Amino acid sequence: MHIAEETKERHTLAVIVDNEPGILARIAGLFTARGYNIESLTVTDISEDDAISRITIVTSAAPRVMEQIIAQLDRLVPVHKVSDLTALGPHVERELALVKVAGIGDHRIEAMRLAEVYRASVVDATIGSFVFEVTGSTEKIDTFVALMREVGLVEVARTGIVAISRGKDAA
Amino acid sequence: MTRELSGADILVEALVDLGVEIVFGYPGGAVLPIYDALFKQNGQKRIRHILVRHEQAATHAAEGYARSTGKPGVVLVTSGPGATNAVTGIADALMDSIPMVVITGQVPTTLIGTDAFQEADTVGITRHCTKHNYLVKDPARLGDTIHEAFHIATSGRPGPVVIDIPKDVQVATATYRKPAGAIQHKSYRPQVKAETTLIEAAVDMLAAAERPVFYTGGGVINAGPGASQLLRELARITGAPVTSTLMGLGALPASSDQWLGMLGMHGTFEANMAMNKADLIIALGARFDDRVTGRLDAFAPHARKIHIDIDRSSINKTVAVDLPIVADVGRALEDMVRIWKARQHPKPDLGEWWRRIEGWRARKCLDFPENGKEIMPQRAIRALWQATKDKAPIITTEVGQHQMWAAQHFAFDAPNKWLTSGGLGTMGYGLPAAIGAQMGNPNALVIDIAGEASIQMNIQELATATQYRLPVKVFILNNEYMGMVRQWQELTYESRYAESYSDSLPDFVKLAEAYGWKGIRIEGPDQLDAGIAEMLAHEGPVMVDCMVAKLANCFPMIPSGAAHTDMILQANEVSGTMDDEAKALV
Repeated sequence: MHIAEETKERHTLAVIVDNEPGILARIAGLFTARGYNIESLTVTDISEDDAISRITIVTSAAPRVMEQIIAQLDRLVPVHKVSDLTALGPHVERELALVKVAGIGDHRIEAMRLAEVYRASVVDATIGSFVFEVTGSTEKIDTFVALMREVGLVEVARTGIVAISRGKDAA
Repeated sequence: MTRELSGADILVEALVDLGVEIVFGYPGGAVLPIYDALFKQNGQKRIRHILVRHEQAATHAAEGYARSTGKPGVVLVTSGPGATNAVTGIADALMDSIPMVVITGQVPTTLIGTDAFQEADTVGITRHCTKHNYLVKDPARLGDTIHEAFHIATSGRPGPVVIDIPKDVQVATATYRKPAGAIQHKSYRPQVKAETTLIEAAVDMLAAAERPVFYTGGGVINAGPGASQLLRELARITGAPVTSTLMGLGALPASSDQWLGMLGMHGTFEANMAMNKADLIIALGARFDDRVTGRLDAFAPHARKIHIDIDRSSINKTVAVDLPIVADVGRALEDMVRIWKARQHPKPDLGEWWRRIEGWRARKCLDFPENGKEIMPQRAIRALWQATKDKAPIITTEVGQHQMWAAQHFAFDAPNKWLTSGGLGTMGYGLPAAIGAQMGNPNALVIDIAGEASIQMNIQELATATQYRLPVKVFILNNEYMGMVRQWQELTYESRYAESYSDSLPDFVKLAEAYGWKGIRIEGPDQLDAGIAEMLAHEGPVMVDCMVAKLANCFPMIPSGAAHTDMILQANEVSGTMDDEAKALV
């Protein structure tokens, strides 16, 4: 017998939560317990008094399951609001990466050129290495990292996606 | 200047302020300060502690108390094994939406995370089987946390809440003040009232329907006795038939001629056929569980669906509905009745629909064969009902065939009289639940309808009933098999009865007597009524070992993964094998 799979859509969710111990485990655990998938998850405090955090989750699911994910998140006691940025319309998604490249000679020069093209800035430099900081869409960073592989990539640290709706209103 | 209290005293004060009268629990190292606080207040008898014999039983007793009284059940257990033993009952309460607050002791804050003696990550372990949970590290937060926990456990869709209290927090002091007024939680605000336009749309759909069915669930019971009254009123003015899930039995009296019986896997032929042929289903506080729907793509194919539920995540979870309404079902019923009457809808002519239903009823799907030599389990349930129906008994069950036979053959005419583990299906639920129900209803007749396998899962609670002089009755349908397992093996695995025989059974009569109970054995049909009468005549607790037909199966039955129209009505329709797709379903 075969286990059927449904066609999935990628959605970016903004989840506003009480900044209490265990909240991240609560959210991550909900996803594993119910068999939802997390492609990216970022969380940080966004309030003046450290009381509220914003969690950005990128997930893929069939439309029916997506409705469930939102309802299940919304049901958690410390969750204030869940916004489906993908469903709400135009929004900006950004990711930041720190990319360490080591090499000398042509590789070093090529790395610098590519960094300029991708508007990556140098945040650390030694005689034999750079650390670039690059921001942009996931695709842009994917491409930049792929190029860096050719010129001496050592390691990458990425933040995961943060997102916000376009226009004057909050999501 | 407010006096400082220890964390343990704050807990006791807060419980008193919340109206808690009974706590089910078991002491241990990490809750000794709380037990000392309970001991010291005992002169005033503000909170009564019921000592169970295993922490799992404390949670089921609290569930039984809650389900039968409508008040939250409260549990107190120690850290580590105390908390982990309670997990089954906590998960059970989550699945069946039972309001419950579980206080667990924890090792001192300084030892958390060091693998200390009797340390377990209680908030981690219970995070996904509670509605919410807390680890309280500051005694100054304890009072507010307890009040908030009760608010969360009892409002919206009810459920279990765990409060984990480290031992040093129980000893440290802080001030306590009862919160003024109703709790306004910053993020948790369940929606109880539906938008009027949605209710109007529901009423219009109901008025226009030719083949409507009310499909009601445990939410109607949770919404309070008023909701059951409103359901009866709505059923009366619309004339529509009513079926219910296992958890919703009693909301509409089984004696009503609009009652179709339970639906789903072991539901009646008429209830399942009505669901299949309906043009409108009004789901009230029910969640389209797999035991109810059967094969999803064949579920109620002709019906538009209205779903009223307080939990938004229950809507469109497995079955897509046409009109979703998030609301407390009691409030929604009130609005529906009011708007129906305001619009002066006449009672619809459902004559044709009822004629079809009568045709299905004529199949008499709950009939069972009898040979006069052995007691059929269905007969035993009916005899028990006949003998007790005028006493408004509270019935609890364990899990298995006996549970389904009780649901089919015991007629419930009121809510809060039927306590069973529906969602989690926890064997061992019935005896402790009966103890909890008896604590909450001292004058009621409380009977645990049990199987000989399930009853052994919390058999130690016989001692609890003895200690508190609780006159609970345990009525065991003893067929010497884990009957439902054996039935599935017969249906699905060509009767290969792997490990489903109840070997080495105790002598239940002697066992009962060893615990100070009365024990009665019923061995044949001629002893049935007399045995039941003897059980009822005895003032104290009684365990009845009723020997029933060993190989009886529970029918009707929709095999796992089949449609409502594919019911097995009798044993001779059973094939003995299933394909892999069906075998993979629970």
